[in-house]
Amino acid sequence: MLALEISGLTKTYRNGFTALKGIDLAVEEGDFFALLGPNGAGKSTTISIITSLVNKSAGEIKVFGNDMRDKPMLVKRDLGLVPQEFNFNQFEPVEEIVINQAGYYGVDKHEARERCEWALKKLGLWEKRRTMARGLSGGMKRRLMIARALIHKPRLLILDEPTAGVDIELRRSMWQFLREINAEGTTIILTTHYLEEAEMLCRNVAIIDQGEIVENTSIKSLINKLDRETFILDLASPLSAPPILQCGYPLQLIDNTTIEIEVRREQSINVVFNELSSCGIEVMSMRNKANRLEELFLDLVERGVDK
Amino acid sequence: MDLQTYRIAFSTILIKEIRRFARIWIQTILPPMITTALYFVIFGKMIGSQLTPIDGFSYMDYIVPGLIMMNIISNSYANVVSSFYGAKFSNYIEELLISPIPHSLILIGYIAGGVARGLTVGVMVTLVAMFFTELQFYNIWVTLSVALLTSILFALAGFINAVFAKSFDDISIIPTFVLTPLTYLGGIFYSVSMLPELWQTLSLGNPILYMVNTFRYGMLGVSDISLGVAYGVITLFIIALYNYSLWLMKHGVGLRG
Repeated sequence: MLALEISGLTKTYRNGFTALKGIDLAVEEGDFFALLGPNGAGKSTTISIITSLVNKSAGEIKVFGNDMRDKPMLVKRDLGLVPQEFNFNQFEPVEEIVINQAGYYGVDKHEARERCEWALKKLGLWEKRRTMARGLSGGMKRRLMIARALIHKPRLLILDEPTAGVDIELRRSMWQFLREINAEGTTIILTTHYLEEAEMLCRNVAIIDQGEIVENTSIKSLINKLDRETFILDLASPLSAPPILQCGYPLQLIDNTTIEIEVRREQSINVVFNELSSCGIEVMSMRNKANRLEELFLDLVERGVDK
Repeated sequence: MDLQTYRIAFSTILIKEIRRFARIWIQTILPPMITTALYFVIFGKMIGSQLTPIDGFSYMDYIVPGLIMMNIISNSYANVVSSFYGAKFSNYIEELLISPIPHSLILIGYIAGGVARGLTVGVMVTLVAMFFTELQFYNIWVTLSVALLTSILFALAGFINAVFAKSFDDISIIPTFVLTPLTYLGGIFYSVSMLPELWQTLSLGNPILYMVNTFRYGMLGVSDISLGVAYGVITLFIIALYNYSLWLMKHGVGLRG
């Protein structure tokens, strides 16, 4: 079953700007789906339309088979949203924010309290339950929004850059939590600027640019499209000039102990190691210059700009 | 969605609203009590004692219903306009907009919150009045019903103001330049029969006159306006404002892009 089905979704604002140009998108139930795109590409507009925060100009949206136009209440009941901006009352205690949200979905007080305790404990906010929201750190506020979005047990959770500005340790614990709820059956749609995050978490991806879907596939097949990778090699001893390799792979000396080398898909990195070794150059460590998905993303978006 | 769901959702909004104004009672409940006490001291005792009775009542007794009504009006309005605009301004109105609550229920929830504050302040001001005069209730049902209807009407007006407001200045313009003058000219401190004929006729265009006079009838048994006309005017305004508010919500005016 499809958790989300979008067809011909268009949004034209009053000033004439078309943010979405008839996009089609399908997300399977149980999927962990990434919606990627540069700033202003139309990601947040898409999410806002799905969650009824923005009116669409044309197109259809179905959530678990329910048409948003005919059965808006059923659609809303199945959705949970973690928006990009903080959107809770800063002058309310954490617990009250979460329990009130449960009330809006008809969850009775007793059950709401139990669910609130579960969510706040899972997200490390239980000790802060009586703190006014304005007293929380940025990371805590993000986690509060996740707890609030989960309180009515949505079948489809939409996260709009949930880890923006969150430190790496916390980000990893949030990833773990999101993996758990996805494994328990919640379909997740994630937008993020951290492409490493999308690669780590998501199974399928759509890339949106200038209001159009430019790619919609699995993360694996997307990464398989990558035809070259750039590696950074850290050397044991300094070099005065870049080594000349017989294999002819493009190479440049970044500083006297760092080499950057581009390797195509059909080429082997072993050739480079062998040649460097025969020149007496010892490689201490190696890393990708950029996340693989990041390179593809830039490639796709740049192609879009060229068009 | 069933009735139980809607009942829980409605009570959540209402309790949230009550908690909001109760949490800041120094800003919401106390000031009207102090201001009204000053009105009673200055207009009722000091100036009123020099004036001849109106419709057979001392000036103090005559202004009590009007002052109670003035506070019900301003607080019902203020609660909804500030709360709803605050929710819009800080984007937490989205909590409600994404939830499966019908627009009518969101509207009724906010209106109920405004009514709760309006009537709470009304009761507190009535208690203050008891320190200055012996209160009487000629017809308690008229008193209560008109207080409730007036509170609903001005809570709706506050809601419409909040929907259109784009800044905090916008939520004070209507109370300052429309509501306060209409309230003062609505017969709180005088009987319209004391005005020249032209002004009496013009006063009939002021909806607050109907509310103040009906409330006064409930307490003192005297009114410049027929009760039937007054209830009719108030009910018509409520129906019109409710439908307009609902239309604004359904079309997302001031709420959705």
